Amino acid sequence: MILNLLIAGFGGQGVLFMGKVAASAAMLMEKEVSWLPSYGPEMRGGTANCSVSIDDNPISCPLITEPETLAVLNGPSFDKFIDAVRPGGKAFIDSSLIQKKTARSDISAYYIPAATLAEEAQLQGLGNIVMLGAIAKETHFAPMEVLEEAIRQVVPASKAHLVDANIQALKLGYGYQE
Amino acid sequence: MAKKYLMKGNEAMAEAALRAHCRHFFGYPITPQTEVAAYMAKRMPKLGGTYLQAESEVAAINMVLGASAAGMRAMTSSSSPGISLKTEGISYIAASDLPALIVNVMRGGPGLGGIQPSQSDYWQATKAPGHGDAQVLVYAPSSVQEMVDLTIRAFETAERWRMPAMLLADGMLGQMMEPVSFPDEVPLPPEKPWALTGTKGARKPNIVNSLYLTPSQLEQIVKERFQRYEKVKAQEVLCERYKLDDAQFVLVAYGATARICKAAVDMAREKGIPVGLFRPITLWPFPEKELAALGGQVKSMLAVEMSMGQMVDDVRLAVNGRCPVYFYGRTGGIIPTPAEIEGQIVKMANRKEEA
Amino acid sequence: MAVLFQKTKGLTDRETHYCPGCTHGIIHRLVAESLEELGVLGETIGVCPVGCAVMAYDYFNCDMVEAPHGRAPAVATGLKRARPENVIFTYQGDGDLAAIGTAETVHAATRGENITVIFVNNAIYGMTGGQMAPTTLPGQVTQTTPYGRNTDYSGFPVKVCEILREVDGVAYAERVAVNSVPHIRKAKAAIKKAFQNQLEGKGFSLVEVLSTCPTNWGMTPVEALGWVENKMIPYYPLGVYVDRDVHHRKEEEA
Repeated sequence: MILNLLIAGFGGQGVLFMGKVAASAAMLMEKEVSWLPSYGPEMRGGTANCSVSIDDNPISCPLITEPETLAVLNGPSFDKFIDAVRPGGKAFIDSSLIQKKTARSDISAYYIPAATLAEEAQLQGLGNIVMLGAIAKETHFAPMEVLEEAIRQVVPASKAHLVDANIQALKLGYGYQE
Repeated sequence: MAKKYLMKGNEAMAEAALRAHCRHFFGYPITPQTEVAAYMAKRMPKLGGTYLQAESEVAAINMVLGASAAGMRAMTSSSSPGISLKTEGISYIAASDLPALIVNVMRGGPGLGGIQPSQSDYWQATKAPGHGDAQVLVYAPSSVQEMVDLTIRAFETAERWRMPAMLLADGMLGQMMEPVSFPDEVPLPPEKPWALTGTKGARKPNIVNSLYLTPSQLEQIVKERFQRYEKVKAQEVLCERYKLDDAQFVLVAYGATARICKAAVDMAREKGIPVGLFRPITLWPFPEKELAALGGQVKSMLAVEMSMGQMVDDVRLAVNGRCPVYFYGRTGGIIPTPAEIEGQIVKMANRKEEA
Repeated sequence: MAVLFQKTKGLTDRETHYCPGCTHGIIHRLVAESLEELGVLGETIGVCPVGCAVMAYDYFNCDMVEAPHGRAPAVATGLKRARPENVIFTYQGDGDLAAIGTAETVHAATRGENITVIFVNNAIYGMTGGQMAPTTLPGQVTQTTPYGRNTDYSGFPVKVCEILREVDGVAYAERVAVNSVPHIRKAKAAIKKAFQNQLEGKGFSLVEVLSTCPTNWGMTPVEALGWVENKMIPYYPLGVYVDRDVHHRKEEEA
């Protein structure tokens, strides 16, 4: 498995979009990929999450309950999923919105103040993409140029002016040193 | 290689219907298939087609009846509770020998149930899609690509046999995105001399009807239809075999569950258990002969479903005692995990052979 | 020899199954004559209801489809959307249109579907043997209101034209009767207009025809004609309820 990623946060934080960029990058690399969102009332207001699987072989189960890689963008998601990460896995935690730290020593935890980094760089609302940059750096699931191309494809034509900001956010996360 | 798109199952299926020249869609919103309606609402006007949001599922299926009687490729899409409402119309469509496509993106039931993926409408789709002696073609996709391929196929077979076809998907397939490609060209629908077009004064009136008040006449009509069903059974069965060549144990699963079973098969094979997967792609007609033959070659089978056990009935009927058939299922919107199913495979392999 | 009267080409030669004195036959003829006179018989597709007119596909000399009970307006919607160039009509009784098919009726009307609806109101369920209809009059005895329709218990009759008067998509709604020659002539004009409206793309047109059911009313045909005059018409006043051009008005608004 190249990437087995569960992303979770509030609705409106761009959880699904973040997953879609990762999935599109995989498609550009001609890998097998699936993207599965949570759906229903929880999409509207509550927590949102999505599973992204990238592999050389066909994806059997698109639903990820025990992620190898977890990205959490808010406190409730941290509480809900941190214990589900597989031993040896990675957890990416937006430390600007989540004050807690995990006590688990069998996983690698990365505390990235993604939302704050985005805001300081005048990239309001792009904490999700900052986080994706950080994930790309640590997991190597896709090279930067492919992710940039994925962003160009996924950002809808009506919001084309946001492409550069997204790429900037991606680089910000990729270059962040804890 | 055809261009690939990253699309949700629901949207890919809608796009496939458009590429298959379907220009008449009638629906009513329900989770988890609403993307289909949204997609159609956006695209149909640009193609000169009809997207109409009906006042109810009952009305939507009857609009399909009308458009199909007029000779058009027509479809509707819903999820479990909505399909229950459509069953009246489905029975009339089947009884009027009309083609149509009905999509069921299944969710947990009974009643209002839930909105998470389920396979608990198998009985409804294959045994009683409406009142009376009738069947509909039932296709069970297992990937977003199959949502596309089987949608196109369903239109074509429905017209070939003049009967309704159902695409039986579930919330997971509807909501997930995978890379998908579309055929460059789909053949145009065939001529339909039975269609209602107006006589133009050039022929006798065409009548699309399901009423036969004389019992002998109705029996005759139904018997003829069932002769057609026999031909459908002989020609339209689809199934997939995965790692069955040396298998002593077999999982039988369809749709989303089947892909999870594949992972479980791979996990169990790593432990040395000779297990494979048999996946019915058509649920009606059901791959009876194929399963019967397999039943004579293996030690046991395990049907896995997101239900309390519905397809397992058909597996047992097909296998007819040639080997034990066990069942494992989750319901209510719970998706079984590969590990969970692998555990069931181990349990099956460890069972004492039944004499 | 001069031909004084000829049966319309809009009807087949099939003998109908309607009871003696039933006015379905007259209404069939008025519909068929209208289609013939407008020259659209070859373009017409009719939708049969469930009820006494369930076998109307044997009588109308045009393409016909049989709809489930109450669903004729939905089936007609599918037909019209598929073939807007064709003339589409439904022929429905009171149970079909105003009870089980109320939603389909009202919503086809709200959409302004460019179809013609012939609504036969005889205040009773004929085919099933004389049960209370949505249009059964207060006090009227039927098989299921053996002591007379008690409005406190069974509710009030449904006045379809009055309801449709408030529906924006309706181009034309008129109530007529076929219990006398003058009424029949008016009914013919209304039915023809309802089809003419469709040809002009005006929107949803409905003609409610007060009709008799001597068998289930327990009357002679002549008594039944009188009952329409004396009981039904006072409760269901004849006349034009709506007459306008829905779709052209929409264009003006836009």
